[in-house]
Formats: sequence, structure tokens, C-alpha cells
Amino acid sequence: MNVLNFMQSFFSDGSHWHGRDGIPQRVWEHVQYTAAALAIASAIGLPVGLVTGHTRRGGNTLAFLAAGARALPTFGLLVLMFFWLGLGIVPVMIPLVVLAIPPVLVTTYEAVRTVDPSPVDAARGMGMPEARILFQVEVPAALPLILSGLRSATVQIVSTATIAAYVSLGGVGRYILDGLYQHDYEKVVGGAALTAVLALLALLLFWAVGRVAVSPGVRRRRTA
Amino acid sequence: MNGFFDIPSDLQHSYGGLIAVHMQEALVPVLAGLLLALPVGLLCVRHGWLYAPLLWTSTVLYAIPSIAFFVVLIDYTGLTQLTVMIPLCLYSLVVLVPAVVDGIRSVPEETNAAASAMGIGLARRYLQVQLPIAVPAITAGLRVAVASSISLVSVGALIGNQGGLGNLLTTAQLYGRPRLAVSSVVTTAVLAIVIDALLVLLRRVLTPWQPPSGRAAGRSGATPADPAAHTAEGAS
Repeated sequence: MNVLNFMQSFFSDGSHWHGRDGIPQRVWEHVQYTAAALAIASAIGLPVGLVTGHTRRGGNTLAFLAAGARALPTFGLLVLMFFWLGLGIVPVMIPLVVLAIPPVLVTTYEAVRTVDPSPVDAARGMGMPEARILFQVEVPAALPLILSGLRSATVQIVSTATIAAYVSLGGVGRYILDGLYQHDYEKVVGGAALTAVLALLALLLFWAVGRVAVSPGVRRRRTA
Repeated sequence: MNGFFDIPSDLQHSYGGLIAVHMQEALVPVLAGLLLALPVGLLCVRHGWLYAPLLWTSTVLYAIPSIAFFVVLIDYTGLTQLTVMIPLCLYSLVVLVPAVVDGIRSVPEETNAAASAMGIGLARRYLQVQLPIAVPAITAGLRVAVASSISLVSVGALIGNQGGLGNLLTTAQLYGRPRLAVSSVVTTAVLAIVIDALLVLLRRVLTPWQPPSGRAAGRSGATPADPAAHTAEGAS
């Protein structure tokens, strides 16, 4: 059970809890990277997915783009961008956004496209304009799936944002890489545990958002 | 492009050799993951209560960064390919188990009933009736798992010489030669695209009754063409 021992000694060491390399600071940096990458990926993926899902066109193009984005190796992209753009947050954001776009984009498209067509037809028959059909009929019904895409993207970002440490930035990946170079397994395990906890918190957050944002009718039908 | 295929000698591999190592480290774990996911997925369909805790466990494992996983495993498996392959196999499960479950659930009840009525036993029904129908869902999951596996092998370079084409990245940083990084990224991406295309081809060969492009059935609404397209992405 030495992994648990490592974890215990990492978290009970008072020096890990304050200062520039303290857990609160590193966790905060990690949360910032994650939020920024998710925001950018959503700003690109959500509108495109909503529109293509609504028109039910361009599915093949989207699948092709998503496959292409998935094919780009995250770590390789980071190193390459570090060469090209130098030290900074942008070389970290690019691979994280490329990583997060496929799940957001494809899931949103599928979610809107597979909404039960009868309420959509009814709304159109009542003379609802297309934008209102999208936002008042399709999005509420598709919301659970859209959220699941965002959730999956978030977990991947949280776990992958650790590579920011490789190009001299912060985040909890700092512990993992410093631990690796210093042969200090305690730090590696501690960093890994922090990442897993952050991912679980993200899952919890999405569960809560789902409880609040998804309309009770849609939720009941999904669990039924 | 001159020098694209020239690899520094301390990597101990030629360009082709790196590709071979990379493919082996990326594909063997997914294959193992698939072999695990097939029975596990069936169990999850049979015993519904198993599915949720299993998904949670695999999601937590999935959230552990690969580099941390590698470093911890060095203690047990040393600086071998196994150290890279074990985490990749576990990661693939988070996509493959839901893909198999959705695939089996996409089998119409009448089909199962017909199979039983014809006297086909449970094992044969799974292998000869349910799995073929589940092929589109499973290949959708495989495509996601393989792409992520090919991308993640590169991280193995951080624990020494175990990253396949990713070793080019650490060497590029060491010697300050960006061209090696370009070579690594381009080659990895091309490999991922080629394997992805092969998987699409495989699905078409295995499901000759399906329209060649997955979206043809989409407009009918009631039967989405590709039930796993979204669930495989939203696996966790």
C-alpha cells in the first residue's frame, strides 16, 4: 500500500500547503487553465454543433474534422507550439483546446440532431422562428447530452492540463513533473491524487448543473 | 524536407523503427481493452447495477494523468513498454465499455426474441447475433480509443525512452531542433488518420447491410444511424 503512504505523507507535509508552490496556488492555476481551455473549446464547438445539428447538415464534415483533431497528438502539439511560440500560456491552450473540441462538437451535433422530431415539427407548424426552435425546443431537450459532452471534455482537460508543467508553467502537473525529475514519488502521487480529485469535482459540478438546468420533464424521461 | 527521416542515433531506432514501437505501444493496449470490454460490457447489460460503479471507477482512473500513472508503475514494471501499455489499456476501457454496452442495447428486442425462438443459446446469441449488430457502436468507440491511445504514447517519452515517436519530442527539446518535433507531430497525426480510416473500412466490411455513410438513416429520427456516436464521446 505504498501509494497510499505516499499520498498521506504528501498531504500531511505542511510545506506543501503554502507559498508559490503550495497546493492552493497550484490548484488555482490548474482550475484557471481548465476553465480557459473549456471556455475556448465551447465558444468554438457549441455554436457550430448547435447550428449543424439544427440544420442536420454537415455531419460528415464534422466527423471528419473531429477525427482530424483527435489525430493531433496533444503532447507533441505542446512541444511544437512551445518551439514556435515560446514561453507562455498560448502553447498550452492550443493542445488543450484541440483536445476538447471533438467531444464538445460531436456530442452537441448528435444531441441536437437526434432530438425527437415531433415537438420540433409542432413548433415549426405553430410558426416559431428557427432561432427560437433551436433555443426553446431543441436545446432544452438536448441539454443532458450536450452537458455530457462538455463533462467528458472537462475531465480530459483536467487530466491533460498537467502537461503545462512540461513547458515551465504551473498547475498540479508541477508536482508530477518535479517529482519525476527529483525522484520524489510522494510528489508524483500527490499531484496525481489532486488531479483525480479535481476531475471528480468537475463531475460533481456538471451533475449539479444538470440538476438545475435540465428541465424536470426531460430529466424524468431520461431516467425512465 | 531533407533530414525529415534522419533520427539522432541516441534514440536507438530508425524512423520506421519508432513508428513500429509507437504502433505497438498504442494498439496492443486498445486490443487488450477491447477483449476485456466485450465480456465486461455483456455483464453490465445483464446486471444493470454493475454499470454505474464500473463507469465511476474507470472515470477516476481516466482522470489520473498518464505521466503520473507511468511514474508510479515504474516501481512495478520497470522502464518497459508494459509501463506505458497498462495505463493506456485502462484508459481505453472508459470508452470501450460504454461502446459495447450501447452496442448490445441497440439490438432490437424482436431480434433477440427471434434468436431465442430459433433455439440459439446465450453464448451463440451474443457472438453471432448481438455483436454483429453492435459493430457500428463498437467501432465508433474504437476510433476514439485508438486516436487517444496513439496521442498518449508520446507522453511515455518523459519517463525515458518509452514514447515511440514521442521520443523525438524530448530529443528535439534537448538538442533544440524543432524539426524533430514537427516530424513527430506530423507522423503521429498521419498514423492516427490512417488507422482511423482502416477502422472505418473495417466497419463497412463487417456491416455490409448498412448504408456506406453513417448518416443516411439519420432523418428518420426514431432510429439514429449511429447510436454510439454521442455516447462514445461522452463516455465519462
